[in-house]
Amino acid sequence: MPEVKNRQAVTGAQAIANAMRQINPDVVAAYPITPQTPVVEYFAQYVADGAVDTEMIPVESEHSAMSAVVGAAAAGARAMTATAANGLALMHEIVYIAASSRLPIVMPVANRALSGPINIHCDHSDAMAERDSGWIQLWAENAQEAYDLTLIAVRLGEHEDVRLPVMVNFDGFIISHGVEVVDFLDDEVVKKFVGEPKVKYPLLDVNNPVTYGPLDLYDYYFEHKRQQIEAMKHVKRVFKEIAEEFEKISGRKYDILDKYKVDDAEYIMIALGSTAGTVKYTVDLLREQGHKVGLVKPWIFRPFPKKELQELLNGRKAVIVLDRSASFGAEAPVYEAVKSALYEVSDRPKLGSYVYGLGGRDIKVDHIKQAFEEAFSGNINTDEERYLGLRE
Amino acid sequence: MPAKYFEIRWHARAGQGAKSASQMLAEAALEMGKYVQSFPEYGAERTGAPMKAFNRIAEEPILVHSSVETPDVVVIIDDTMLGNPDLVAGVKEDTIFIVNTTRDIDYVREKLGVKGKVCIIPATDIALEEIKRGIPNTVMLGSIAKVTGVITLESAEKRIRKTFEKKFSEEVVEANVRALRRGFEEVKCNG
Repeated sequence: MPEVKNRQAVTGAQAIANAMRQINPDVVAAYPITPQTPVVEYFAQYVADGAVDTEMIPVESEHSAMSAVVGAAAAGARAMTATAANGLALMHEIVYIAASSRLPIVMPVANRALSGPINIHCDHSDAMAERDSGWIQLWAENAQEAYDLTLIAVRLGEHEDVRLPVMVNFDGFIISHGVEVVDFLDDEVVKKFVGEPKVKYPLLDVNNPVTYGPLDLYDYYFEHKRQQIEAMKHVKRVFKEIAEEFEKISGRKYDILDKYKVDDAEYIMIALGSTAGTVKYTVDLLREQGHKVGLVKPWIFRPFPKKELQELLNGRKAVIVLDRSASFGAEAPVYEAVKSALYEVSDRPKLGSYVYGLGGRDIKVDHIKQAFEEAFSGNINTDEERYLGLRE
Repeated sequence: MPAKYFEIRWHARAGQGAKSASQMLAEAALEMGKYVQSFPEYGAERTGAPMKAFNRIAEEPILVHSSVETPDVVVIIDDTMLGNPDLVAGVKEDTIFIVNTTRDIDYVREKLGVKGKVCIIPATDIALEEIKRGIPNTVMLGSIAKVTGVITLESAEKRIRKTFEKKFSEEVVEANVRALRRGFEEVKCNG
């Protein structure tokens, strides 16, 4: 286990900004007013202090921020930005173009509600609106994971077999503004881990001219989409390889799924982000009372860990899926994906869907207990969406 | 066995520095090798509006990410908030109240409507005397150290020096350390 030399109490935003300082990207473009995260505020300070060599581009909108990093990445730069909520929504058009152009941009996203009425607090609607954009989605439970996954994201996106942009999701306010303990790696260790940017087909290589973003109609567009689909298939293998390397320098283990006390678990809950921690605590409480319960937290949501979940969930009594976003008129995004994955398993568990925490509504241990207890008593219905912490 | 967390809830008005105080408390506990959380409750940002901040402190990594509902300690920075029912929400029989006030303990207990342990400290007055500004944070940290032992005077002093030496003159740093010590020495509790 590598020695902990630099343990600090920081916000998730500070942790990520420090990761960005250590990565020292060539270009960071950001729109510097709300809905932004403090990530770029801290990072701008590093730029002003000369702590990084980064070209910082303050742009006039999030749409432009994503456009600028697309241009920079196509030119051959290691490019990053950060955003949240409606900022991500405004990027939407170019988010797809970044993935289609196979540009390994890394973007931390402080997950926050998409407004109407105005709300700036944590939920996952912003990232879920981008789940089909072709970006890899990593999800952090706490500030430590947000830091670690930002470092891993750089290697993952740039890998020869992947070449895709990566979104590092961390819960808005709860993680972005909450202070927690984070163990930082040494600058030199990070520098060695992320290495030099792995550049492919840069626009600035004038001896080998290439084109990005040309007209691509029914003659080849479909083939290019098929290549994106194929690239996603390599992500899990490559992530595991990089995670192993990361464990050697940090002592911290990452995988496709974070599995908590699942070995003998009859009832398994699935949750993304910071709530997974609260579920772990509840699992400990319920185990003390003799219940065989566990938690699965996907560290990767895109590509979806279908095979891993099939293997893990087959034969369990019940699986409860928590979603921090709704899909109006359809099943919630994580639930829908889990349910679909379990269609062909031999011994299907009972399934329950719970939507919680929209717009930052607090999710408490008692809510999580309630969902587990409904499953214990057989009160679980595959086709019914239920709500935790909601007044009705 | 689920982990045991020591939980603190701060009540103040926006702009009084409770968020920073809660963060400094976390950092002081980190100095002692503990695991910590510090987070505010974000509402609409209006100076003077009631706000809350929270701490969790533990010997092992903290998993829970919900807000603090059954605090072990309630810290009240502004005694004009006494009487607000939020101050006693979710409190247990053994919850300790630490209040920045020049009033006496009986007054505070009556306003709060609690029977348990109540501690008082004229933190704003001490801050005015020592720091020459009415920022009660460092005084409150001293009182919390004395009453709860969750941080020590030494860890808080170390943290104050680390944080303030970067930004302020030696005079200001020493004034804050004096304020911290007076918070420790002058806090009064019933029972």
